[in-house]
Amino acid sequence: MSALQESFKNVMDWVDARLPVTETYEKHMSKYYAPKNFNFWYLFGVLATVVLVNQLLTGIWLTMSYVPTGDGAFASIEYIMRDVEYGWMLRYMHSTGASAFFFVVYLHMFRGLAYGSYQKPRELIWILGMLIYIALMAEGFFGYLLPWGNMSYWAGQVIVSLAGAIPVVGDSLATWVRGDFNISGITLNRFFALHVVLIPLVLIVLVFLHILALHEVGSNNPDGIDIKKNLDADGKPVDGVPFHPHYTIGHDLPGIVLFLFFFCGVMFFWPDGGGYFIEHPNYEPANPLKTPELIAPVWYYTPFYSMLRAATFPLFGLDAKFWGLVVMAGAIALPIVLPWLDRSPVRSIRYKGMGSKLFLAVFIVAFFILGYLGTKHPTAERTLVAQICTAIYFGYFLLMPWYTKVEKTKPVPERVTMP
Amino acid sequence: MRTLIALLLFIPGVALAASSSIPLHDMEPDLDDKASLQRGAQTYMNYCMGCHSLKYQRYQRTADDLGIPHDLMMEHLVFDPDASIGALMENTLSADMAKQWFGAVPPDLTLYTALKGGPEYFYTYMRTFYEDPTRPFGMNNLLFENVGMPHVLLGLQGLQRKGCMQVPAVAPNGGEMRDPLTGEPITEEVCDHQEIISRGYNPLQLVEGTGELTPEEYDQVVYDLANFLYYTADPSRQERERIGVFVLLFLAFFYVFTQLLGREYTKEFH
Repeated sequence: MSALQESFKNVMDWVDARLPVTETYEKHMSKYYAPKNFNFWYLFGVLATVVLVNQLLTGIWLTMSYVPTGDGAFASIEYIMRDVEYGWMLRYMHSTGASAFFFVVYLHMFRGLAYGSYQKPRELIWILGMLIYIALMAEGFFGYLLPWGNMSYWAGQVIVSLAGAIPVVGDSLATWVRGDFNISGITLNRFFALHVVLIPLVLIVLVFLHILALHEVGSNNPDGIDIKKNLDADGKPVDGVPFHPHYTIGHDLPGIVLFLFFFCGVMFFWPDGGGYFIEHPNYEPANPLKTPELIAPVWYYTPFYSMLRAATFPLFGLDAKFWGLVVMAGAIALPIVLPWLDRSPVRSIRYKGMGSKLFLAVFIVAFFILGYLGTKHPTAERTLVAQICTAIYFGYFLLMPWYTKVEKTKPVPERVTMP
Repeated sequence: MRTLIALLLFIPGVALAASSSIPLHDMEPDLDDKASLQRGAQTYMNYCMGCHSLKYQRYQRTADDLGIPHDLMMEHLVFDPDASIGALMENTLSADMAKQWFGAVPPDLTLYTALKGGPEYFYTYMRTFYEDPTRPFGMNNLLFENVGMPHVLLGLQGLQRKGCMQVPAVAPNGGEMRDPLTGEPITEEVCDHQEIISRGYNPLQLVEGTGELTPEEYDQVVYDLANFLYYTADPSRQERERIGVFVLLFLAFFYVFTQLLGREYTKEFH
């Protein structure tokens, strides 16, 4: 051992006696055993982390030039776009990052659905993940008001006024959220505070817990096999490999570079996403007297917006708007209880029966259709389609205890199958 | 899983269709054409700036990006005596007065082409003014009906009139109707401009000798203006796309190496 190595070891011993650095590194990186049959779908967790870091860093730099007031917000964005050195890059990284965040999170969630990653003993990972998703929706919503464009204004107006549909307290609740009788500068200020301080803190804590819970029970895999059941003489899983460096460098690094290629492709050449990432009406300042032709949320909310609009009739003396709110909130909250809805003896879609496969496929198609309809003006036919798709969305979850129980599953192999 | 992905590929792509009363005229903006952008800036400063500010953009940035020396910019294109080269391109139009004169405040146009999803809307708008005595300024617009703005480039373009037109009648098979004996096309009078457009004709006719420019020259003026406003909506577009090429090339190159490195780490268990 050279003198340098020896002094490094001494320093680490000193630190480790006071702070478990080496132990933590081993537990979460070099001695965290991940199943060796991970495929492409296992990239989206790490990609979500990459995008989170991107949002935090670019967000910090954007706040340095952003003015959170009704008078100054819109012009300050254009100031960032034109006068701040590489401000356009920071802004487009952040706006493209918002869409990328939902893109990778949706694929991450789909992976969880397909491979049964929510099943015992990973219920808490799933619940924490759902809370991250809900926090992310809130973060996106608050952030969307900040450019103070006309679509920001009216989307905010529509969503906050939903609270007004709640019987008795609704109107005062909406006023309390806005801090005014309309969306105004005071609303912008508080949304700014929530967007840059509260929700990011919540997100970071939740992501931390999500990963902590994951590393406690270990990662699932495309076969849904518990690799801890099959240990070698040293007590290490036969089908596991250390997360670092095998996955970090072997799997994640090329994946991140590939992702960045597509991310930068959009960011540099197509930053407004054809009006889906930055909507055209947002290129004029907020104007309470001028309603955009079509008020549509950004693409990542449109499935839920469709479900909100799908409720068209009053019930029990409460108007349709209230039930729309209930349907939308239900659609967002229902997946939280997913671990207790799945009664299948197997985890992965590979070994589940036809029922699960069919329901998952139809569910995804319905979710896409809802997303598409949310970007369009409602017509009688579209509303009908949205209602059918909403029923499918809820059916996927609520019928799960039945179809996962009656279907015939395939036998799960003892060892993982390599991709 | 594979079947699932195959199923998802059948989901039709989503398209965003801009809704407007008439189809937009095609134009392909070209930010490399600095002469066009300079002419557009010149027309803008002379005809538009009095009412429509470009208040998110600065004179200096515009001059630098368009290759106009600062002294020439100040001399020929900056008409505000108080403005310095670094100033924002604002005007002194009073909003209250403008409302009285035009019924609405003329909007700032820095971001106008982005707001309309491209320069085509503006290009079409500037080409479709026509005479309408019922309007306060005697002019109306096909694309933006009952617009408050007068046709500022009337002197250049000349007067366009909307009226009835003889267009070929449609045969039952969908083609042009022709006289069975002579083979001559049979025409019919159509007065609805939407109908004329849908038959593929221009419903507006230029009154000869009313404009300084030929129709081709006028189209070029409007093209240059639209091109200029396409530039102001996102002045860093060219720099962004230039840097983007290098970034993508680097990432593609880097990917090969990370992939090769990654293989070293995964081959022992794959």
